Amino acid sequence: MNYPEYDVIVVGAGHAGCEAAAAAANMGSKVLLITMNMEVMAKMSCNPAMGGVAKGQILREIDALGGYSGIVTDKTMIQFRMLNKSKGPAMWSPRAQSDRMLFSQEWRKLLEQTPNVDMWQEMVKELIVEDGVCVGVVTNLGIPYRSKSVVLTNGTFLNGLIHIGEKQFGGGRAGEGAARGITEQLVSLGFVSGRMKTGTPPRVDGRSLDYSKMEVQYGDEDVVGFSYKNIDKPLHQRPCHITYTNQEVHDVLKTGFDKSPMFAGRIQGLGPRYCPSIEDKINRFAERDRHQVFVEPEGWDTVEVYVNGFSTSLPEQVQYEALRKIPGFENAKMFRPGYAIEYDYFPPTQLNASLETKLVKNLFFAGQINGTTGYEEAASQGIMAGINAHLTINGKDPLVLSRDEAYIGVLIDDLINKGTDEPYRMFTSRAEYRILLRQDNADIRLTEKSYLLGLADESRYQRVKEKIAKSEEIVDLLKKSSVLPDMVNPYLLSMESAEITQRTKLDKILSRPHITILGLMDAIPSIHILLQEFEKEFLEQAEIHIKYEGYILREKEMANKLHKLEEVKLPTNLDYSSIKSLSMEARIKLNQIKPQTIGQASRISGVSPADISVLMVFMGR
Amino acid sequence: MHYSNDLTNTIVALSTPNGIGAIAVIRMSGKETFPIINKCFKGGKIEKSGKPTILYGHIYDQNIQIDEVVLSCFWAPKSYTKEDTVEISCHGSVLIQRKIIALLLKLGARLALPGEYTQRAFLNGRFNLLQAEAVADVIASESEAQLQLALHQLKGGVSGKLKDMRTQLLDLTSLLELELDFGEEDVEFANRDQLKSTVLSIHKEVTQLSATFQYGNAIKNGIGVAIIGPPNVGKSTLLNNFLEEDKAIVSDIAGTTRDVIEDTMVIEGVLFRFIDTAGIRETDDHVEALGIQRSKQMIQKAQIILLLYDNSVGKYYIEDIISEIHLSNKPFLLVKNKSDKSSEAMFDNELSISALHHSNVDLLKEKLIELSGTTASPLDVTVSNIRHYEALRQSAQSLNNVLEGMEAHLTLELIAQELRSAIYYIGSITGEITPDDILGNIFSKFCIGK
Repeated sequence: MNYPEYDVIVVGAGHAGCEAAAAAANMGSKVLLITMNMEVMAKMSCNPAMGGVAKGQILREIDALGGYSGIVTDKTMIQFRMLNKSKGPAMWSPRAQSDRMLFSQEWRKLLEQTPNVDMWQEMVKELIVEDGVCVGVVTNLGIPYRSKSVVLTNGTFLNGLIHIGEKQFGGGRAGEGAARGITEQLVSLGFVSGRMKTGTPPRVDGRSLDYSKMEVQYGDEDVVGFSYKNIDKPLHQRPCHITYTNQEVHDVLKTGFDKSPMFAGRIQGLGPRYCPSIEDKINRFAERDRHQVFVEPEGWDTVEVYVNGFSTSLPEQVQYEALRKIPGFENAKMFRPGYAIEYDYFPPTQLNASLETKLVKNLFFAGQINGTTGYEEAASQGIMAGINAHLTINGKDPLVLSRDEAYIGVLIDDLINKGTDEPYRMFTSRAEYRILLRQDNADIRLTEKSYLLGLADESRYQRVKEKIAKSEEIVDLLKKSSVLPDMVNPYLLSMESAEITQRTKLDKILSRPHITILGLMDAIPSIHILLQEFEKEFLEQAEIHIKYEGYILREKEMANKLHKLEEVKLPTNLDYSSIKSLSMEARIKLNQIKPQTIGQASRISGVSPADISVLMVFMGR
Repeated sequence: MHYSNDLTNTIVALSTPNGIGAIAVIRMSGKETFPIINKCFKGGKIEKSGKPTILYGHIYDQNIQIDEVVLSCFWAPKSYTKEDTVEISCHGSVLIQRKIIALLLKLGARLALPGEYTQRAFLNGRFNLLQAEAVADVIASESEAQLQLALHQLKGGVSGKLKDMRTQLLDLTSLLELELDFGEEDVEFANRDQLKSTVLSIHKEVTQLSATFQYGNAIKNGIGVAIIGPPNVGKSTLLNNFLEEDKAIVSDIAGTTRDVIEDTMVIEGVLFRFIDTAGIRETDDHVEALGIQRSKQMIQKAQIILLLYDNSVGKYYIEDIISEIHLSNKPFLLVKNKSDKSSEAMFDNELSISALHHSNVDLLKEKLIELSGTTASPLDVTVSNIRHYEALRQSAQSLNNVLEGMEAHLTLELIAQELRSAIYYIGSITGEITPDDILGNIFSKFCIGK
């Protein structure tokens, strides 16, 4: 049999793999997406939620780039909340609970509707590497699929090992086998691999819970969603619930500590500090007598419930007994136990900014294989890897986003320069230019780039151009128009804002904390008349611009300063060990990463500002 | 300044001042130092040893003897540059100096660029950036106080203080970032009043430290004193009196405007720069308007204003100038000259002197020292570097914005941004702060995660 030849082969159909396949195909590449199980493409292996603080921003960036994750989330959400509303707009973060099963189906449907995407269900056991270039894969059946490039998105499957109490068995996810062969081959090619660990909580039968003993958490009335495309939002939503562990729960859990794979040292991989197992929380924060537990429905038509906050790898019997001590869980029936999983990853300092490996050309890595965690982190690397695989095989420069352009830029820049020892998750505090990287302007930041790549369609592009033009028009109007004290003072008083004593420009009033454009429109008829023709999204955009104006300017200035450092190129053949005034750590790290510019060098962990001064002196600046 | 980044070259330069002296020292540094010197030196045998060695002999260009010399040999890493180094002490003739350097160049050395020895010392790990800056200060120090300050900096004076502040700011930022990134978590957020008082105390420390700059800078660059006043009150006489009395080295340094001349002198170990205007000495006719304008310029350039007048000048005229000085907010002295001619007081707080008869001039000097603020540093560490001062000032400004932002109930991410820039500026002086530090801090102190 003659197998077709592809432009891009994507190994793995999780959040990274699906985005990679979609992006490359939409740009015109012939894509083969290989997965071990076509029933569970883009599976939400952990909690059935997308977005959250920083992650929500990433999701909107993916959408602005023309990815599918935002669309799928909007179509499958059962609850939506805008987190951090009490803070300023840069912190607002959309988050949705999704129907786990629908999510998977919807993704598959979209991929099936995408021209140029072929699929194949099987395990990939080997890469075909010729003269340092990756030109295909070999499957378990021995089929050699040839291609111009390969994107690896293996998730937790590479030599995956599942732990529950003292039991351990191979697997990439509960009920699914591990993938073998690729790690060993890559190591023989010179790659360094490591082990990481993550975990997941038990799932229970919602019919067995007493919700009257829990706090209820409803979704927002205003469902903003993730996609800049107008996707129909659900008409009603399902609530989540909150309950708490107590001393009794902790005492039961402690009876299993001697059988804990973590405490006994059977787990070698490092887990995430920000997503600790319940046993870890009890152990490390012994002074706390309770921990929060979020009870999240898994979908519209299922009784299954996800016990968020109760991730554990203790013996299933201990999990069960401890769960039943939680208020509302007295009669809980468990569907599936929680477990921990260890898997191989490749320290991402072995990658270029395009996510191509430094060692093997046309081979790209995305997702957990790079040491990250989270659907959004994975999906964003996926879309970038898909884009760059397509660009690379067509001889074009890769798309690299900078730290002031996107959280995705921060993510990849951190990965390739700092690497990571624990599963890397995005936080807003990782971004220097947080005020610039907002969920409301991801389209303004990225859609044009995506459009020029042939990814975002014409309608998206026109919509962004309209958003920019209209919000500028509104800002202009607000700067030109003014109000008299007796028109606006009642509203100001009601908002506990100081009264004005003379005619004042609207932008000045709007720049005050808690004063909003919609509030002004509601309170003052003439302002309503002035602005009523504009869409709410454009009005909000203008408001954010006025409120943040000075801060935006300052962050842009800071970013420009740092871009100057990007202009100072470093020779790639430089032997840093010969520069004795560099700290020992900096010499090692610089030799390892061989940064292209002083700017990049400055972001390598272990390279201090003092080291950068040394490099500047060395480069004669 | 443009440096070479090729550390493999061997460099050579004259280390003593240009010109004729009794002896001159030529320094050569780099890997080829000893192979090169072996090709032209006849005398004791140069043998590699850990210790510095002194050898006596002659420099030859093939068979022609150039000079009788003493070699001081230093082996890497025990030399200033941490490279193999030799210092050739030769006779001071310019011709001999040139001949020896030319010979070394012919044998493979390269002429060192200005500052290149220190650059190499720095690149080879002899000292850190703060110290390198201090070394430059040691070399350039002109007065005792200057030298002491530079030496203190060399031992790492400021950096310890800054490390403390960095830790405090890090803790503070972690508290805010906790609230921003983990607002959904079940953790207790920082009490606003407590936050405010912490910011206040760090702000105070940063401000205090940056205030030492005036003192530090005064020691380093000298304190600018402007002698202003109407014509014919004896400004030149006073200046000459100062200069002669102290027998100081007087140098003329052209200022930024062509008419301004600076005379420097050391009074009791403190360097003063007297800013004088050459153009409007007593010869000028329609000086009044022009005089005020010049005075303004000088007030701007100086740190201390010395307003000189005598009884022949109208009081309103002096008051005009005083109000001008008040605008600048700078310390000033009212000095009435020619006390020998009329002793009638014009202002309560004036000092009456006679420059001509040297009456009360010592008292005037005491007042100058007092106003210079050099008698006591407010802290035991002192900032003398303008880059550090700027960073501290910016940091203080950001902290001030934090306080104002809290007062105005700005949203948290804006306050956090100010705090981050405060940290950024402190980090630009020494040490490093990254988001990883903040996150690490959060994870170690708070139970985060669902």
